[in-house]
Amino acid sequence: MKTGRLKDRIFLGSGRLIALIIGLLVFVMVGGLLARSLPLLKTHSLGTLLLSSSWRPLKGEFGFLPYIVGTLWVTGVAMAIVVPIGLLAAVYLSEFAAVRVKRIVMPAIDLLAGVPSVVFGACGVVVVVPFIRDVLAPALGLVSSGYSVLAGSIVLAVMVFPIMINGTCEILQTVPHDLREAALSLGTTRWEAIKLVVLRKAAPGIITSVVLSFARAIGETIAVLMVVGNVAHIPHGLLQPAYPLPALIANNYGEMLSIPLYDSALMFAALVLLGVVVAFELIAGVVMHGMKRSLAS
Amino acid sequence: MNRRRWEEHIFRGLMLASVLLVLTSLAGILLVVCLKGIPAMSISMVTKTSEGGFYLGKGGGVLNAIVGSFSLAGGAVLIALLLSVIVALCINAPSIRSRWYVRIFRFCVEVLTGVPSIVYGAFGFTVMLSLGIRASLLGGTITVAILILPIMVRLMDEVISNVPKGLLEATLSLGAREWEASFRVVLRQSLSGVVTAVLIAFGRGIGDAASVLFTAGFSDHIPSSLTQPVATLPLAVFFQLATPSAEVRMKAYASALILTTIVLLTSIGARLIGSRLSRHTIR
Repeated sequence: MKTGRLKDRIFLGSGRLIALIIGLLVFVMVGGLLARSLPLLKTHSLGTLLLSSSWRPLKGEFGFLPYIVGTLWVTGVAMAIVVPIGLLAAVYLSEFAAVRVKRIVMPAIDLLAGVPSVVFGACGVVVVVPFIRDVLAPALGLVSSGYSVLAGSIVLAVMVFPIMINGTCEILQTVPHDLREAALSLGTTRWEAIKLVVLRKAAPGIITSVVLSFARAIGETIAVLMVVGNVAHIPHGLLQPAYPLPALIANNYGEMLSIPLYDSALMFAALVLLGVVVAFELIAGVVMHGMKRSLAS
Repeated sequence: MNRRRWEEHIFRGLMLASVLLVLTSLAGILLVVCLKGIPAMSISMVTKTSEGGFYLGKGGGVLNAIVGSFSLAGGAVLIALLLSVIVALCINAPSIRSRWYVRIFRFCVEVLTGVPSIVYGAFGFTVMLSLGIRASLLGGTITVAILILPIMVRLMDEVISNVPKGLLEATLSLGAREWEASFRVVLRQSLSGVVTAVLIAFGRGIGDAASVLFTAGFSDHIPSSLTQPVATLPLAVFFQLATPSAEVRMKAYASALILTTIVLLTSIGARLIGSRLSRHTIR
């Protein structure tokens, strides 16, 4: 009997300890990256770091603006592709598709979610980049190497589809059936019932999926890095190259220990990414909490 | 009336088109990988390690990266499995499940699953730097373990929290201890979910490049100890694609085909094993 109680103690004690460590991991990560970026933050003000666009590590100038703008461009355009298409696909799958269709499509979407990012990047290099260089750019009367914001966004969009679709499908299924039936009984078409009732009721949840997709997209590294061109300037058009933050970190890990403050700058870039993602997750968590409450009442 | 019907038709069409677009992109990716990869595929790709000058077009294969990826992802999954099973059972144990901190913990896990892998890589690198560990199999394995830990906890928690309450109550009323109820009944009941979680996490771990870039390094040899750098398949694809030699780039597609095959088989396996094992669960 006593050993039983001891085993209980060990099980629950170790479980809670591991849970505590996992729970503290976010703070440890923020702390660790902050400690590494302190040397940079001591000599440069946050304002110059984020708003200056002169990036000359050898001269000790670290302006992140081109990278931040590059990240926002690529992620923003990707979201402009993902949100409408993902939303429409999710509505179709959860509201219209027959069980038979769903049984084929949902696993396929899971497969897409499992494809490694480097494979997305390779496909981007083979398909998207030449398409932009040889078809799209000449058609618009422009010259582009193909390695561009648009290429990064397209690859990123395909990668984020599964997150957006799965998240939105899950939310749509929590909307009670009575609401749809009530709307239909008042003479709406099925699309009107969805537009006027279901989507409105699910709006906070859909916003959550969008925010989570954005958080996932902003940190994606390898696939984007392979197709986006990596030129450190502020892009002025979709067909120009860009240089997002994750690519900056990944490309320069080799030489970062040989230039003073460079490692500090890269860890600061990682910290910025982490900060943005955690902030987004917090927003999503709060919105979701509110929605669960309103559905329960 | 007519306008409403048109709207309905247009939106249904758009929806169908969206689904088809997503499916086409999956098919396109698989097609590109196969079309580009199969011609470049050869037996020596999977049976030989990279010879010196492999990246300049010399002979050899990517066996070092295949073995490296498997040992790295396998080790990471083992570490993460041990920790996540205990945690997931613990937060669902009768005396813990309704405590205030369980909800906070779940939220922390949610946040962690969203943290980009490059950040895990950078963080792992920071820790390794301060501990004086160089890029190695050990560093990479631990970093990937931390990366997949939240994913596994979340997937397992989802299954374990859905185990019928009556089953747990019946077990406890027979005089079972909490650890007995958790490990002998709840765990067995959710075994299929645990296996699925393991396979999904393995797929994620083996396919991730950004987290191992700093922490595992790269090597042409199969590492003989934990402190040696190790090659991984995603990085092999990445480095091969970045070379100027067309021949080496061809090999990148063969490596990509190997990687995709492993990941897709794992993903399909997760689904099959999941449904097969769940035949024995009590509903």
